[in-house]
Amino acid sequence: MLVQDIVALLKAREIYIAQDNIYQKNYDKGFATDLMSDALALLKDETEDVLFLTGLANVQSLRTAEVLDLDTVILVRGKPLDQQMIETAKDLHINLFQTDQTMFEACGLLYGKGMR
Amino acid sequence: MKYVYQVEKENYEDAGKASTDIKRTLKTIGIDRRVLKAVAIACYEAEINIVIHSNGGTVTFEMDDDGVITLSFDDVGPGIEDLELAQTPGYSTASTKARSLGFGAGMGLSNMKSVASSFQITSSPEGTHIQMTFQ
Repeated sequence: MLVQDIVALLKAREIYIAQDNIYQKNYDKGFATDLMSDALALLKDETEDVLFLTGLANVQSLRTAEVLDLDTVILVRGKPLDQQMIETAKDLHINLFQTDQTMFEACGLLYGKGMR
Repeated sequence: MKYVYQVEKENYEDAGKASTDIKRTLKTIGIDRRVLKAVAIACYEAEINIVIHSNGGTVTFEMDDDGVITLSFDDVGPGIEDLELAQTPGYSTASTKARSLGFGAGMGLSNMKSVASSFQITSSPEGTHIQMTFQ
């Protein structure tokens, strides 16, 4: 599923774009968690591109994404973001979006469109 | 090649900066992607552990002429009471604050062991020492 379609489906807002062509990037897989150690444990052997969804609106979600080579993060539940998070996304070259959908809603919408 | 980083107790904002820096260094020398990811995951988990559980410490990164990478983590206490229990997946003594920031799932040590080529840990009230190698 293209990022442009994911963004439209989730009614997501662009927070920071690290790659000019990110809207044309395709993701077949997604992973959603608020527990960073779960992401580190379960994605450590992943070789495909994975879209990362989390409700953890702090810099550690971005650092976890960077460690795992995940270059696009979608923050759910529309929590307020601080400037440090945006600066960290820039520093780590991570595409950052935000949606007001809950984790359950966002995952359900993406799953319904074929992402796994 | 050797770098040493200071890690502060409960400094959650800077937690992970050493891991990011080490990963960047390794990227610039074109290291194998699988090894790079393993080093980054193990380093991040261990660095976070120093922030969450210790009174502060250091992260030391070394790479020898054969390309073997060694990561060492040394903190100044208070140590791990039951090392065997601490290495059980899911066991955690993390604070509510640490959990609210996405950590403390009890997977840190088992994650490190699963990605490193070798893993050693010792602990006393004076401090915990972890050494991992990657090749």
